[in-house]
Amino acid sequence: MTDQAYNFAYLDEQTKRMIRRAILKALAIPGYQVPFASREMPMPYGWGTGGVQVTAACLTPEDRLKVIDQGSDDTTNAVSIRKFFQRTAGVAITEKTAEATLIQTRHRIPETALTQGQILVYQVPIPEPLRFIEPRETETRKMHELEEYGLMHVKLYEDIARHGQIATSYAYPVRVEGRYVMDPSPIPKFDNPKLGGNAAIQLFGAGREQRIYALPPYTDVVSLDFDDHPFTATKADHGCNICGSIHSYLDEVITDDQGGRIFVCSDTDFCAERQQGTAA
Amino acid sequence: MNIALTGGFADPARDAAHAFRAVTEAMARPGMILTVTGANPPRISAAAGITLLTLCDTTTPLHLAGATDTAELRDWIAFHIGAPLVTAEKAAFALGDWRSLQPIDRFPQGLPDYPDRSATLIVEMESLSNQGPRLTGPGIQHHAHLSLPETAAFRANAALFPLGLDFILTSGDQLAALPRTSRVEDN
Ligand SMILES: [Zn+2]
Repeated sequence: MTDQAYNFAYLDEQTKRMIRRAILKALAIPGYQVPFASREMPMPYGWGTGGVQVTAACLTPEDRLKVIDQGSDDTTNAVSIRKFFQRTAGVAITEKTAEATLIQTRHRIPETALTQGQILVYQVPIPEPLRFIEPRETETRKMHELEEYGLMHVKLYEDIARHGQIATSYAYPVRVEGRYVMDPSPIPKFDNPKLGGNAAIQLFGAGREQRIYALPPYTDVVSLDFDDHPFTATKADHGCNICGSIHSYLDEVITDDQGGRIFVCSDTDFCAERQQGTAA
Repeated sequence: MNIALTGGFADPARDAAHAFRAVTEAMARPGMILTVTGANPPRISAAAGITLLTLCDTTTPLHLAGATDTAELRDWIAFHIGAPLVTAEKAAFALGDWRSLQPIDRFPQGLPDYPDRSATLIVEMESLSNQGPRLTGPGIQHHAHLSLPETAAFRANAALFPLGLDFILTSGDQLAALPRTSRVEDN
């Protein structure tokens, strides 16, 4: 049931057109951050207002929406965004990755391979991968223009000198089609290999920073690395204590106050599907 | 009834949502041909009119090239869209057949630090099919084919990357797209 007090998917049509134009240019220039005029949304910035605006611009009444936060459909953040679009767009919702037509995510890529016809929308806190080495927007924009990515490599190499390996484990930077260096949002680097060659459309929205960027399907995406220290998509060296998967990204969960702990899939839908498959 | 007042979206928010999703799929998957519905503009294809309704408004300078620049279409755009009509050099969007859009290097190609500030050309075609020049690049798993009007101009455009124009090709109720990233080769 759509709340008639709102336009479809909350945003007014002129705002949606502005966001839609930004999305198309983002798809035409993979990895490049397109500025857009972010709107006030009825939720705080930390709650993924950039992703919410991109989702609002893409949704059709026939969509089946899935919202995940760190792999889970049940966090407060995921539930409130899902309810927001149920109320304002009347869309169907699902927790099953395979059944969703549009998935909004914070900090994970689903384990189940995405397919043609699906759109994955990322909530992005800091879209600029060069921000921590250069705080000035005018300078980082110039660095992207001139492909001045040497300092980025220096930072990663300092990690190796200090820790014996690249310590960056989230928001691990990638190079898109050999051109733009891009922040994949704070996904674990375990998820980086799923960014490239993906059958789905991937859209990234940063509300506070007012940027939209994109990866079309089957785009070439390479995690930055070095010949003597190649990129590795690491995860906890365990299997899931619930479904037994040895291939999924795991969360460490404290089970009691005696320090007991187990490892479980971060992707709750993937884990549940595997449990049902095992039970059947 | 004045023709300018008819032929827009009956349900603007939902019609535009459907149309945008089709344009998004087209731009994300060069060569894919999609069908759109919901509007009936005068003297241009439904797909071109729907694209204008979905993406253009008072903030997007629009160039009408050649035979598309009619009084009927100007009135329709003024009523439904409100886009200021401009010369090619100032256009964010342009509409015309391939011949009347020439030479395409007069349209804004983006700036080195803002390559997104480039024009999108809506190219009216006699027909669209998956026969013709071979496409590879982002959005295409192996390769695709699309009935482009030529190859040389698109190759020159792709060589400007990350600058360059992006194209939406329209015919009847069908559309396809060619972003600047597509590598175009004679079949
Ligand atoms: Zn599991």
